[in-house]
Amino acid sequence: MAIVQTRKLTKLFKKGDPGAVVDVDLESREGEFLVLLGPSGSGKTTLLRMVAGLEEPTSGEILIGGRVVNDLTPRERRIAMVFQSYALYPHLTVLGNISFPLKAQGTPAAERQKKVEWAAGLLGIGHLLARKPRELSGGERQRVALARAIVREPELFLLDEPLSNLDAKLRASARTELEQFQKRVATTTIYVTHDQVEAMAMGDRVVVMNKGSVRQIGTPAEVYDDPADTFVATFLGSPPMNLAEHGNVIVGFRPEHFFPVTHLAGDTAVPEDLRLDDRGGGPYLPLRFRVSHEEYLGAERILYGGIEGGPFDGKRVISRMSSTHGARFESGSLHAFAVREQELKFFDREKGTRTAAVPLNSGGEAGGPPSPSDSGGEAGGPPSPPDSGGGPGGPPSPPG
Amino acid sequence: MSALGRQRWLGPAMFLPAILYVVALVGVPFVLAFFYAVGDVKVGSVGYHFVGLANFKSVLQSPAFLRALRNSFVFTICSQILVLIGANILAIALKNAFPGRRFVRFIILLPWVAPVSIGSIGWKWILDSLYSVINWVLIRMHLANEFNPPMWLGQPTLAMMSVILVHTWHMLPFATVIILAGWTAIPKDIPEAAAVDGARFFRRLFQIELPMMLPIINVAVLFGVIFTFTDMTVVYILTRGGPYDTTQVLPSLAFFTGILGSDLAEGAAISLFLVPVLAVVAWLMLRTAHRAEVT
Repeated sequence: MAIVQTRKLTKLFKKGDPGAVVDVDLESREGEFLVLLGPSGSGKTTLLRMVAGLEEPTSGEILIGGRVVNDLTPRERRIAMVFQSYALYPHLTVLGNISFPLKAQGTPAAERQKKVEWAAGLLGIGHLLARKPRELSGGERQRVALARAIVREPELFLLDEPLSNLDAKLRASARTELEQFQKRVATTTIYVTHDQVEAMAMGDRVVVMNKGSVRQIGTPAEVYDDPADTFVATFLGSPPMNLAEHGNVIVGFRPEHFFPVTHLAGDTAVPEDLRLDDRGGGPYLPLRFRVSHEEYLGAERILYGGIEGGPFDGKRVISRMSSTHGARFESGSLHAFAVREQELKFFDREKGTRTAAVPLNSGGEAGGPPSPSDSGGEAGGPPSPPDSGGGPGGPPSPPG
Repeated sequence: MSALGRQRWLGPAMFLPAILYVVALVGVPFVLAFFYAVGDVKVGSVGYHFVGLANFKSVLQSPAFLRALRNSFVFTICSQILVLIGANILAIALKNAFPGRRFVRFIILLPWVAPVSIGSIGWKWILDSLYSVINWVLIRMHLANEFNPPMWLGQPTLAMMSVILVHTWHMLPFATVIILAGWTAIPKDIPEAAAVDGARFFRRLFQIELPMMLPIINVAVLFGVIFTFTDMTVVYILTRGGPYDTTQVLPSLAFFTGILGSDLAEGAAISLFLVPVLAVVAWLMLRTAHRAEVT
């Protein structure tokens, strides 16, 4: 089992292009399931192919098990890779496919036989050995590709979107299987995907990439709850994080943290349904939310609409709640919603990176303290400093 | 005429030229060849007498025919093996991008595009007994005796080798283009997977890539066999079957006997010996095409 490191790894396909992979520093841990996640064109597959030795880096170093492998052929890197298309050898049987890597490294026939049986047994494809790839279903092909990868017990697994050719139902079960399988063989694995659900479900750590560079590395919980920048914040999560510009920062909050509250008196609010907010504690930022339409997705409900008044006046936002919440939200109606202040993320407006929390005041930069006439206490947040100017407060409007 | 009526005639009408062409230029001569082969037709003769298999008997007893039959197989098999090896090497060299690839591809295609007669006349000079540039170079390099240089077209073995090599030169581009197309049809992933699986160049080539291209290579070989087995241009121009009929192949012998020697009946009998070989090759081609469709 080996650790993979990359140092300032860069790949330019043409002179002067912005770079498919730019200055990537990465370090896997022993036996880890590391997921490279990003939209198409983010450079994740190119990065994987450089680790495999199929693509030559323009600059930078790749280390496997502490050894620089830049000049080694794929064969010498002792890795196994599963391709998106599985790349099974169409003219060979399943047996021929699985034993090919063993033949290539000159394993004696008797041992080869044993290892093929072991790999086929592990993946439950022992009965398919005599078939040709074209006689297999998508799921079976994927298992054959995996068997071919594990049969010579490589130091490192590279998986390039191995589930994207399966139908949705099979994908979910294959995901679980693949994850358990990796835990069992405990081989360091790098897994490329554009599917955030796969990344969150399977990864020990997730590397979020965009435009060739790494935006954040962390556990699924870290990248989801503590996004390093606005790209990570909006790429992860479906629907994505709500972002609202406020002065020289961008404030973000997750749709599931934006929920209806019943009572707004001064700075206090109580969630309508306590199940919506079980993280507990802390002050709320009350917001008025005009619902434009709702999507009912069975297990959950997604509300689309705009905020009226307060620091994010006029911003389009999304709320997501469990469908166990029974309240009705008519199109066009106005409701009292809130976000717990500790769930607010602040990003630099220019660079998009995380910054320290700043106090929020109504109406953005020029916002003032809440107008006393606001009966519902709709403008919220921590009291703004008195010297921040006396703009108009949030327009008074009746609670929905 | 109604639209339906017009449609009923449109199909056959479009088909007719092809049928006329095949019947007039393939069917009639073919039947005529059978007819001549069992008769006593000579150029300029007026009568026709049925002689049964007499022509075939006489042909089979002629050493020139047996030599030509053997030469036809040697010519076809050797040139096809050389073409196959050469075309694969060229295809591998040409499949990856490099500066000037278009130009090199163009150069390689030239022998196919140029009329075979012009190319062969060029070779006739290159291999000439007095003016051969090859000999000139060999003599300057002290690899050949100045006073007794190799007679490329004058010694039986050398002449046969020359004929085979010139024909290979002519056929190579066609096979290269077909095999190049075969290479591009292999998904890039598969050789890459083989490389990651630890296979080096020759294992990839012989165990993965060539087996995957087998249907396409088959097509190239079968076409090549037909073009070679029925071809007489190179032999006709370079050696005229000589020296002493040692480079004669079936088509050239049939031509020399039937047309230049005016013995139409015997010429027809000789050329009919091509039929069984071509029938087998045609059958194999159809089978390969069918298989290639399935995979």
